[in-house]
Amino acid sequence: MIYLQLLWVFVKIGVLGFGGGYAMLSLIQHEVVDHYAWMTTTEFADMVAISQMTPGPISINLATYVGYTAGGFGGSLLASFALCLPSIIMVYLIIKLFMSKRSNALMENTLKGLKPAIAGLIFAAGLSMMNLQNFPDFGRGQYNISVIICVLAFVASYFFKANPILLIVLSGMVGFFAY
Amino acid sequence: MKKPLQLFLTFFKIGAFTLGGGYAMLSMVEKAVVDQKKWIPTDEFWDMIAVVQSLPGVFAVNTALYVGHRVAGTKGAFAAMLGAIIPSITIILLLATIFREYRDQPVVERIFKGIRPCVVALILAPSLRMIKSAKVTWKTAIIPIATVFLIWWCKISPAYVILAAIAGSLIYALIVNKKAKGKEVKR
Repeated sequence: MIYLQLLWVFVKIGVLGFGGGYAMLSLIQHEVVDHYAWMTTTEFADMVAISQMTPGPISINLATYVGYTAGGFGGSLLASFALCLPSIIMVYLIIKLFMSKRSNALMENTLKGLKPAIAGLIFAAGLSMMNLQNFPDFGRGQYNISVIICVLAFVASYFFKANPILLIVLSGMVGFFAY
Repeated sequence: MKKPLQLFLTFFKIGAFTLGGGYAMLSMVEKAVVDQKKWIPTDEFWDMIAVVQSLPGVFAVNTALYVGHRVAGTKGAFAAMLGAIIPSITIILLLATIFREYRDQPVVERIFKGIRPCVVALILAPSLRMIKSAKVTWKTAIIPIATVFLIWWCKISPAYVILAAIAGSLIYALIVNKKAKGKEVKR
C-alpha cells in the first residue's frame, strides 16, 4: 500500500512539477507533511537543507529521502523512479512528435504565464514552514534567534545572492553556539 | 568505449559533483557534451535545452534523457538518466541512515535548530526574485497573491492550483500567438 502511495505521489509531482526543484517543494510538502504525514514539518525542513547541501538534483534527493522514510530502501528507489517516469514518457513523446516552432512558441508563452503562479507556489511553501516547530523560540524571551537567522539569511540571499550552502553552514554554526 | 557507457560516466560525474540543482549543472553538460565529446553542435544543444526547460519534472533528468537519446538512442537515454540520478540516490541513502541515527543527539538538534529558519529564508528569497524577473505588474500581482492565498490559507492542494494556472496560461498563450499571427498576415 505504501508503495502504491509513493508511486502515485511522485508520478503526480513529476507531471505537475513545472519550474524546477523549488517549485516542487510545495507539492512535496502538501503530500508528504499535510496529506500522508510521512514526516513532520521540522523533518521536512531538515530534509530540504540536506538536499540543498548534497550534489545532484534537489528533487531526486528529496524523493529518495521521503521514499526511504516512508518505505525503506525499496521505497527510496521507487519514489526516485516514479519521479522520473513522467519525464521518460514526455521526452519520448517530444522526440517522436517533433516539436514544431509554433508549438514551441505556444509552450514558451504558456510558461511565461505560469511563472508568476510558480513564484507564488514557492512562496507558499516557505510560508507554510513559518511555524512554531521551525521557530521554537518565537515570542519567548528577548532574543528570537530563529527570527534573526531567518531575516539575515533572507537579506543575504535576496540582495546579495549569497551561496545557499554557505548560509546553511553558517546558520548551523549559529544554532550550535546559541542554543 | 561504447557510447551508452560513456554517457553514463559523463552524467554520473556531473551528478556526483554539481551542487545547486539543474541550472548549475547545465554549463557542465555543455562542456562535456558539446566541447569535449562533440556529440551535439552548440546551437542544436541550446535549442534542445529550450524545449527541455519547458517540460515539467526534474530538469537534470530531462536533459540527460534528451542528450542520451540524441547520442545513442534508447540505451543512451537510460544510461544517461541513471548516471544523473545514481550519485544522488546513493549519497542521500547513506546520509539518511546516518541522520536518522543521530538526529536526536543534542548537538545535531542544536545545529538543525539554527538551520531550519535559514531554510525558510532560502525558499522565500528565490520566489520573490522570480516575481521580479517575471515582470509582475500591479495588475498581474493577483496571480501570485491568489496562489499563495489558496495554498497557504485555504490549504488547497497545489496540484489543483497548478492545473488551474496551466489552463489560464494556455488561454493567455493562445491569445498572444493569435495576435502575433494576425500581425504577420497584415505585413
